[in-house]
Amino acid sequence: MKRLLPWLALLAFASVPMWLKDPYLLNAFITTGIFIVAAMSLNLLLGYTGQLSLGHVAFFGIGAYTSALVSLGFDVELVGGFHVVHEPWPVWLGFVLAVVISGLCGYIVGKLSFRVRGAYFVIVTISFAEVVRLVALNWVELTQGPLALTQIPPMRLGFPAVGYLDFYSKQSNFYLVFGVVVLSYVIISRLVNSRIGRAMVALKENESLAVSVGIDVTGYLVLAAVVSAGIAGAAGSLYAHYLKIIDPDVFLFLYTVTMVIMVITGGKGTLAGPIVGGLIFGFVPVATRKFASPEVQWILYGLFMILIVFVLPQGIVPAIEKWFGIREKPPVATVAETGTQDTR
Amino acid sequence: MTSVESSQPRSVLSIEHIAVHFGGLVAISDMNFVVNEGEVVSLIGPNGAGKTTAFNVITGFLRPSCGEVRYRGSSLNNLKPHEVTSLGLARTFQRTSVFQSVSVFENVMIGLHRRGRSRLWDTLLALPRERQSENELKARADEILALVGIERRSRELAGSLAYGDQRLLGVALALATDPSMLLLDEPVSGMNATETARFMRLLDRLRGLNVTILLVEHDMPMVMGVSDRVIVLNYGKIIAEGPPAAIQGNPEVIQAYLGQGARKRARY
Repeated sequence: MKRLLPWLALLAFASVPMWLKDPYLLNAFITTGIFIVAAMSLNLLLGYTGQLSLGHVAFFGIGAYTSALVSLGFDVELVGGFHVVHEPWPVWLGFVLAVVISGLCGYIVGKLSFRVRGAYFVIVTISFAEVVRLVALNWVELTQGPLALTQIPPMRLGFPAVGYLDFYSKQSNFYLVFGVVVLSYVIISRLVNSRIGRAMVALKENESLAVSVGIDVTGYLVLAAVVSAGIAGAAGSLYAHYLKIIDPDVFLFLYTVTMVIMVITGGKGTLAGPIVGGLIFGFVPVATRKFASPEVQWILYGLFMILIVFVLPQGIVPAIEKWFGIREKPPVATVAETGTQDTR
Repeated sequence: MTSVESSQPRSVLSIEHIAVHFGGLVAISDMNFVVNEGEVVSLIGPNGAGKTTAFNVITGFLRPSCGEVRYRGSSLNNLKPHEVTSLGLARTFQRTSVFQSVSVFENVMIGLHRRGRSRLWDTLLALPRERQSENELKARADEILALVGIERRSRELAGSLAYGDQRLLGVALALATDPSMLLLDEPVSGMNATETARFMRLLDRLRGLNVTILLVEHDMPMVMGVSDRVIVLNYGKIIAEGPPAAIQGNPEVIQAYLGQGARKRARY
């Protein structure tokens, strides 16, 4: 049953565009999917290495802007009258570069901030996100500032000889996002179920012990930051090419908070957690909009969140696993889980 | 008493003029000693004598203010803890140190980290080397658990183990790094007599595997029972060194442990 569940979920979601024709709901699925990818990337850092990146939206936004600028082209005058002109490149290349450049930013932030951990890492990531937002807002020549980058082309895949597929329709975008969700899931699950993942869990649990068995702690933290930032960049790229317009608001702190909520309520440190949390909080506004005004929707959103954190402090997925006893570990988990907090 | 001196001892670990100062406090001053291949050496002394500090210096958790630590010819002074471990020097901690919320088996798998041969790409692309390496590690983890004698607890959460078993798991973690020398920091503190006896049998088995052991311990019967040599520290200085029998009668040692009055009464 445990083995079958992911495949059933996969089939169920793959069939959605076949029976769901309502564009509003399809749109909700697509944006939720994009945020699920971002939440999964945050979960790799928060859930497995125990480091909270409160500026995670920076990597998302950098991915979005990179991808948009690469596919739109730009003409920027740098200091000394030096012009950088970039002709538009294919969209898929923008996607790849979004992953690479976000990953690179993850590397830099990781290298700089993992000398110190915990609160310092949180502060560095928040400041990083704020700096990037200010750049996007004020470097008008490159980013159009608050006027937003518009007419971003949709994703286009294919080969010159065979023909191209443009992702205009909601259906095609659904499958594109779906594909990235699955790919990110596979990458993260392979990572965390390997010796690399064990090293990450080890350093979250007890850093000096991890070091004493020969684990290069900083190296694995930086690796986690790179992969996490890269995946967040991919989500940002999808976002840009789906909405076809981005402005500096993609760097809003609110988006980071949304990701954190998805991870925490779904269950941090579990593979399915961000997906479950993402689906719930992606669809709370959809479910409530029929009977509530936008302000009331936000209140309900907050109440619902508090309720989950109160009733299921470990998150939804661990609670379900415990309920059905489908955890590989023995049922004494509660004892140790409360015990881990005071080992640090 | 087995005489190690007769078979031309080869020193593996040497502590040369080590001093550690925390601000004005002198934790260790000018410490010198060697540990020879295959030996079991105990470091004893009252609380605060600098035993754990010495351990932290040797394993790279602390930088000495001056002096040098050498292991099998290479200097450990500027190495990070994980680099010291890769040279074959593993340690356990004074407090129980296990990864609480994962299973006993997973704990040892974490300890085997450095033995894994799979690279990032093997993992991401699920190349055959990944599975091969994982299977080797799993087999090795079972061996180590059997060696320390907690193989039946394999599936349990480390945090739910009995105290004595957690200490054994701590040793299993250190053993997983495939050390040629083990540093055990108060391994039997808080253990009852049965658990201590069990631990001493484990030390014998390790010795059979030719692992050199440096031990910090307060349990004197155990120290005197397993050690080839005992080094006594007091206020950061070595005050005596020698085979257990000689240490037990040493007036300075008695004084350090029991104070001036004891010295008068212990008719030496």
